[in-house]
Amino acid sequence: MSLIGILMAGVFHAAALFLLTSGLQLVFGVQRIVNLACGSLYALGAYVGISFTTWALAQGLPVPMFPLALLAAGLVVGLIGLPLERLISTIYKRPESFQLLLTFSLILVFQDVLRFFWGANPQQLANVAMHYGSVSLWGAQMPAYNVFVILLAIATAVGLGWFLGRTTLGKMLRATAENREASAAMGVNVRMVYLLVFTLGTTLSTVGGAMVVPTAAVSLQIGVDLVVEAFAVIVIGGLGSMKGAAAGALIVGLIRAAALVLYPEVEVLATYVIVLAVLVFKPSGLFGKAAV
Amino acid sequence: MSTEFTSVALGHTASLRDNKPGWFARRGLQAAIFLGVVALAAVPQFADAYYVSLGIPFMAYAVALLGFNLLFGYGGLLSFGHALFLALGAYASAMSARHFGLTSIEGMLLCAVGVSLLVALPIAFVASRFVGIFFGMLTLSFGMLFYSFLNKFYHLTGGDSGMNVPQPTLLGRSYAATGKMEFLTGPFYYYCLVLLALGVLVMWGIVRSPYGLHLQAARDNEVKASYLGVKTRQVRGVAFLISAVYGAVGGVILGVNTGLADPELAYWTHSGHLVFMAVLGGFQQFLGPVVGAFVFILLQDELQAVTQYWRFFLGIVLAALVIGMPGGILGTVRALWNRWRKR
Repeated sequence: MSLIGILMAGVFHAAALFLLTSGLQLVFGVQRIVNLACGSLYALGAYVGISFTTWALAQGLPVPMFPLALLAAGLVVGLIGLPLERLISTIYKRPESFQLLLTFSLILVFQDVLRFFWGANPQQLANVAMHYGSVSLWGAQMPAYNVFVILLAIATAVGLGWFLGRTTLGKMLRATAENREASAAMGVNVRMVYLLVFTLGTTLSTVGGAMVVPTAAVSLQIGVDLVVEAFAVIVIGGLGSMKGAAAGALIVGLIRAAALVLYPEVEVLATYVIVLAVLVFKPSGLFGKAAV
Repeated sequence: MSTEFTSVALGHTASLRDNKPGWFARRGLQAAIFLGVVALAAVPQFADAYYVSLGIPFMAYAVALLGFNLLFGYGGLLSFGHALFLALGAYASAMSARHFGLTSIEGMLLCAVGVSLLVALPIAFVASRFVGIFFGMLTLSFGMLFYSFLNKFYHLTGGDSGMNVPQPTLLGRSYAATGKMEFLTGPFYYYCLVLLALGVLVMWGIVRSPYGLHLQAARDNEVKASYLGVKTRQVRGVAFLISAVYGAVGGVILGVNTGLADPELAYWTHSGHLVFMAVLGGFQQFLGPVVGAFVFILLQDELQAVTQYWRFFLGIVLAALVIGMPGGILGTVRALWNRWRKR
């Protein structure tokens, strides 16, 4: 594969990773919660996206509209963040390790729920991904839908930046992240902020899963596998930073794309060597605040 | 990490008070260890061979968790990659059998301990700088690094089909004539029991030693502990090394039990199961992880027999424990006991 081909595959993978990790970063940035179950939410979005879109197409939805069905499915499934936030709120005052424990238990639950409804075989949204044909850039081919996903990730990044930086609600979120008590004293409803942030984070993950699913099959294992990649992204980029999520996703995405072509044995190893190097030499990550 | 770590788990006591053990901790613990060993030794005499064979993974996990809990319960460091060392133990025994023709379990154990120390040393060097979520993520990274190494370097590790662990000799005695099941439920069972008892005794010494107190002080208040001269980073690093050795010993037992060193042993969800067992039994109690391993093995076995969706129920149990009963089984028993004695 040409260099351009590797670059395009890498950027596409980065776009998927960014959609997954931006939610994780938002939740960590404001609430100091690391959600191990983010991969399971991504998988949930993907599975529901497949079922809903298949149903909608059978109901007569014109094929070119299928991304809308996926988006709707992802957005609606994201509402599962509301009950999950209430569940996790029981351990806000406990030591950090408890978050990892509780969200790990969610992974176990989600994995069997997905298996119960969709079975153990990988699922796929057949025959729509290539509907838009493919585009060719400097001699390398790429499905047009993949370009759409990349644009969606960029739009999400810009939208989040605008939301956090320019709107009143965004300022409230940042204030809560900075100092919870002071914000509460200034009249910020911290409980609502947490509920909102967690649900928004969940929605970003489920939408990511739903939007990426036309390009590849989804299996039960993906929720568990993705956690490891998502962690790589946020460690490289810096916990809680949106810029970090983007930079980390690009680095991980490009490394994986390059390794898959050049030397597949080191696909995961290469990513993790970078992760370890970052942890050793710059523990706060590229854009993070001081670690520990 | 702060003092709340302990007080949350126990409900009330401050942790350093544990080191002047009360009646329950001292006599109760001795009695529990003695009764436990006697009961486990008696199991093969009357129980069904199937349940005896469940005893071996139980003891493997119990040994591994004793070490894991030095890190988590006493050090306040939650490792999400500890399965690495179980896998390392299993692979070390498989490789020492294949490449050096080792057939004795003592050789395998020595090999596993040596390799685990070699691997744990650099990890401990890096990881001891971190606590909390970062420590968890870092150990998870190392675990997955090893997992992908096992999977991808096929010619060295057998890839996803793993490596065979041959039936070893125990104390120089060969059991080649005995059937596999008889070997496992007979001599090997008692061998593991001795290993477990030794592991418990050594760990009891470690926890009560000045070193053990330093580790707990570093957990409860890092700043204060370092003012008092505790080398927190070093103390944590040593805890990591000890827990690695315990994990590798557990891994050897697991490998001999199944006859296979499987890369799935290193997968991060396996680490999650270790954490689960520790929380289930009560990670603030010395014997908590042992109880946790015992209950987990039985619970998993029963659930698997009843439903294919056993993970779902395990997840519910874990969530309920974390939210409602963070002291685990033993922690709750102890709290009830203390309340009863105060009357």
